[in-house]
Amino acid sequence: MAEKRLRILVAKPGLDGHDRGAKIIARALRDGGFEVIYTGLHQTPEMIAEAAVQEDADAVGLSILSGAHMTLFPEVMRLLKERGVTDVVVFGGGIIPDDDAAKLKALGVAQIFTPGASTEDIVKWVRENVATRP
Amino acid sequence: MRSAVSNKSKWQQTTYKEAAERPVRFSTISDLELESLYDPSDVRADYDEALGYPGQYPYTRGVYGSMYRGRLWTMRQFAGFGLAEDTNARFHYLLSQGQDGLSTAFDMPTLMGYDADHGRAMGEVGREGVSVTSIHDMARLFDRIPMDRISTSMTVNCSASVLLAMYLVVAERHGVPWEKVSGTIQNDMLKEFTAQKEWICPPAPAVRIVTDMVEFCARRAPRWHPISISGYHIREAGSTAVQELAFTIADGICYVEEALKRGLKVDEFAPRLSFFWNLHNDFLEEVAKLRAARRMWSRIMKERFGAKNPRSMMLRTHAQTAGASLTAQQPINNVVRVALQALAGVMGGVQSLHTNSMDETLALPTEESVTVALRTQQIIAEETGVTNTIDPLGGSYAVEALTDRMEREAFDYIRRIDEMGGMIKAIETGYPQREIAEAAFHYQRQLEQGVKTVVGVNKYSVPEELPIATLKIDPALEERQVQRVRKIKRERNQSAVKEALGRVAEACRSAENLMEPICEAVRREATVGEICDIYRTEFGTYEDPGWI
Repeated sequence: MAEKRLRILVAKPGLDGHDRGAKIIARALRDGGFEVIYTGLHQTPEMIAEAAVQEDADAVGLSILSGAHMTLFPEVMRLLKERGVTDVVVFGGGIIPDDDAAKLKALGVAQIFTPGASTEDIVKWVRENVATRP
Repeated sequence: MRSAVSNKSKWQQTTYKEAAERPVRFSTISDLELESLYDPSDVRADYDEALGYPGQYPYTRGVYGSMYRGRLWTMRQFAGFGLAEDTNARFHYLLSQGQDGLSTAFDMPTLMGYDADHGRAMGEVGREGVSVTSIHDMARLFDRIPMDRISTSMTVNCSASVLLAMYLVVAERHGVPWEKVSGTIQNDMLKEFTAQKEWICPPAPAVRIVTDMVEFCARRAPRWHPISISGYHIREAGSTAVQELAFTIADGICYVEEALKRGLKVDEFAPRLSFFWNLHNDFLEEVAKLRAARRMWSRIMKERFGAKNPRSMMLRTHAQTAGASLTAQQPINNVVRVALQALAGVMGGVQSLHTNSMDETLALPTEESVTVALRTQQIIAEETGVTNTIDPLGGSYAVEALTDRMEREAFDYIRRIDEMGGMIKAIETGYPQREIAEAAFHYQRQLEQGVKTVVGVNKYSVPEELPIATLKIDPALEERQVQRVRKIKRERNQSAVKEALGRVAEACRSAENLMEPICEAVRREATVGEICDIYRTEFGTYEDPGWI
């Protein structure tokens, strides 16, 4: 039986339009052999949690460059839990200071990529850390 | 000429070939491959046709006769954060430090047309710029600023009509007639769909609002620049320099066509169109881009649109160093990047300049880093000597060849866009968006393969912690602004507001110019969000197609 391809939701919360990184990551993940769903800009945490459920995502990658990562990550985590989704791997990227990254990991965010991370590193990390959900 | 060609190829096949060549790709940051050398055979023969003299058609060497020997560029640092009074204090500080024009950064809710008390504004109020919800905020923002003497730039797009109305009404209260108010509002909606991504309604109604503002300013506020046709964000989104040039000029063509359809005469409004370019790392490419842009615009205005007034043909521009080129790693290196980028802008003949601060990848800049950025411009202006003679790189074989080539390649894009039926159509099909995304991806690959270098990131990196953001915005400020907005909404004359908003809605449905009704609505304390809600209802909303 052919292995089911991993489904990755790349999501862009907030009002800002900084989608260059999100789109590059989405494309690199797609080229890396994953099924990628990109939400587009201006998503609320509710929209993202809902999309994760609807799209049956195995992982959710959040791109945040507005400085609001300490509000948006926890909110997405909370809303996923509220919907009974606990096995989706949440990861993310942006200009996120090390202190904040540690706090987010304590909340269950699996990985934080900061400026300078290569798309290869991210694809490799997803391959090694995300499994198909039952 | 003939002998030059053969001499060059002879040199290439002998002396150059025998010498060493590093095993790298000799291409610009946009990946235009360059020849080992340019000589007279590479540049156009007709000096007057290609270059001419500063202040004369086709303005390749500069739009003004004496350029920086007459007047230096305007040093205009973009500023805005927190509440209006916080930004007002920064404005007064910058003016006291020798800056000569203001440039306002609004927060995301204001830029997207939401009031500070809207659910979508939560956590964003005053964070990336100043929060302006009502006329009272605008009044505080320009408190004790001489609005008849200081020109102001406002970076705002989909809600620009409301912010301009507020500015004019505040000027009125300062006793400054609209005819005397000078400044620029970005108001370039086309590049929002391709690059910056701040929108409310779809492209066609968005451009209708822009055109209303062009018409209104031509008649009522003739010293105001109603659009700053912007390549800056296109480049930040990852385009090449040629794409920045091509899409920006194509956007400009679209605005001119729309204003002509409205019945305006080209020379009535074209002198007040201005531009805004990015200044990236590749020095020669940036200088060539600015020179090519001036030549292209003057030809288009004269030949395509039949402009007669020379001012309609002059591409006057603001420029800003490339935010996306700054690194979070080893941030002090950014001072050097900014200085070189700014130097390219000056060598390229810009009229106004913003230099980024070294810490801007991490947070809004501190006062100290903003001062270094301003001093960088002052050093270029008053220490380096590059302002002593006009267009000092003009005639460089390499720069002229690159100018010609970028112009050619940009015109190829413009032809394609014309064939699609113009920029609005091209945007609706996602053409420029895909071209930009493709270029961004290509550059990222080149970085990862080490074809291109970013010092401190993919080369010469050192282990370091990402430092904590330096300029913190007080979270209590959001609550203060929300309370202010709620108080205004409670205490104003509700029926007067309702009536004024009704008139804005009527204007949306008819062909009436929107600006007078909006000015009246803001006078009666209608808010940014309330007026933009009318746009949402009357014109519908635009959703990101999310193309990857």
